[in-house]
Amino acid sequence: MSNLLQPHEVDWYEASARERAAGLLDPKSFTEFLGPEQRAMSPHLARFNLTGAFDDGIVVGRGHLDGQEVFVAAQEGRFLGGAFGEVHGAKLVGLLRAARDGAETGVPRAVLLMLDTGGVRLQEANAGELAISEVIRAIVEVRSASVPVLALVGGRAGAFGGGGIITACCSRIVVSEHARVSVSGPEVIETNKGVEEFDSKDRALVWRVCGARTRYLTGGADRYVKGRIQDFREAAIALIPHAPPFELGTLKAEQRRLAERLQRFGDCRDALEIWRKAGLPEPERIAEIADDAFLAIQRPKGADHDAR
Amino acid sequence: MMLDEVLASLFPSGHTLERGLSGTVHGTAKVEGQGDVTVIGIAGGTPLSVDGAMLLAGHVLAAVEAGGRAPIVVLVDTSSQNMARRDELLGLNEYLAHLAKSLLLAAVHGHRTVSVLFGHAAAGAFIATALSSQSLVALPGAEPSVMDLPSISRVTKLPLENLKELAKSTPIFAPGVEPLFATGAVAETWTADQPFAPRLAALLRRPVPTSDLRDRTGLERKGRLLAQKIAERVAAEAAAHA
Repeated sequence: MSNLLQPHEVDWYEASARERAAGLLDPKSFTEFLGPEQRAMSPHLARFNLTGAFDDGIVVGRGHLDGQEVFVAAQEGRFLGGAFGEVHGAKLVGLLRAARDGAETGVPRAVLLMLDTGGVRLQEANAGELAISEVIRAIVEVRSASVPVLALVGGRAGAFGGGGIITACCSRIVVSEHARVSVSGPEVIETNKGVEEFDSKDRALVWRVCGARTRYLTGGADRYVKGRIQDFREAAIALIPHAPPFELGTLKAEQRRLAERLQRFGDCRDALEIWRKAGLPEPERIAEIADDAFLAIQRPKGADHDAR
Repeated sequence: MMLDEVLASLFPSGHTLERGLSGTVHGTAKVEGQGDVTVIGIAGGTPLSVDGAMLLAGHVLAAVEAGGRAPIVVLVDTSSQNMARRDELLGLNEYLAHLAKSLLLAAVHGHRTVSVLFGHAAAGAFIATALSSQSLVALPGAEPSVMDLPSISRVTKLPLENLKELAKSTPIFAPGVEPLFATGAVAETWTADQPFAPRLAALLRRPVPTSDLRDRTGLERKGRLLAQKIAERVAAEAAAHA
């Protein structure tokens, strides 16, 4: 990180998890829980000859956002791809349960998840998978207690596997250009189904299938921001008061919205086809234009919604 | 096990189960002491697609909207989520999340949710079906896996033989019912020597845990020693700072 930049001006993609947490929150308001000095590390990596991290690749804590008390979690995509292991996942589960239990007292106002993950950490696959399921259940409990949970995605690992599912369980989703949100990664699909199904080396194709612009234009993300930490911060502040409640009406609306997407675009195999069908201007240029031009595009009907 | 065998043993008093598109099944069944329960599922090892997840979530939400507190049984035999460019393009993550949220919403509304795993389940499909109910039961022939050992071998660059040896010493990564039972994912394992119907009736009679106890179960079974303690330490620090 350059010394010339203030924390919130730093590029999200380049920043570490701790820099994202500190820069997202009001200056000097971040307090970490179970910080690296406590050395809560994975006991499972040594048998795979891997070196652990003192924070197991995730930072959790609290701070202020625009003066309001919030809880935050930030995954470190540069440590084992930000993948969920036993300790890593349990830190997030503990944070969410604390948010649920604190809801009655009005603290926290929201929980912000800075996801940057390839999904389950295979060296501790069962613990990681279970942690993801526990996180999903805890998110639902937090949302049921009327506390919004926001997903912020724009790191190098994206949000894959269970991380993609967690993203779509949140009240609102913010992405920047680098974000990729999916379940099976392109390499996994290519390995299982062949290069004709998905050429994982075709970077432009990968971005059109999994990338932030496709998610935003089809309603898979609620806000598309430029890449600075400040941009994510402003989007989070703006979205918290408008988070949809977790209730039958919301999920019925989501059922309709997702069914409609299948009806309109269910036979498409590339985002270009979707953009053409949606009548977007110059569809072949959508992937390459600058953020300002992209943000000026009118989203297709239904992409802007409360059904999540 | 085959779906028909499972249904015969689980619901001897009758059911209205129909096969739907995309490998799904849905209907109602009679369970002693419960009256009619809602049954949904995915069978035949069918990969869970955007279309399948949509159908299943629709049945769950219809059950919630109908009111009452009838239990929901989720039958699971799916290879994994559908690995296809089309599904990912359309936002499979949202469809799987929607199904998981629908099942969790049903539980919030007082429907007892039980998943019954009678075949395969892996990765994201495992999360959205088997792991999104309050209790997961494994039947004979259940083969849950997050990732198979050959794939883990490819990613970790450890020889398969070493992984097989390692899997004997820890339940933390290996596929199968036993490791997932030890870590707390599987609540009960039922064997073929006793019919399933009375076991299901007994399970549904027992009080529902009001919170997610899978990390505690994993600790009791010595399969996941740290998760609960770590979560509690974080929650305690959060409460102290509040």
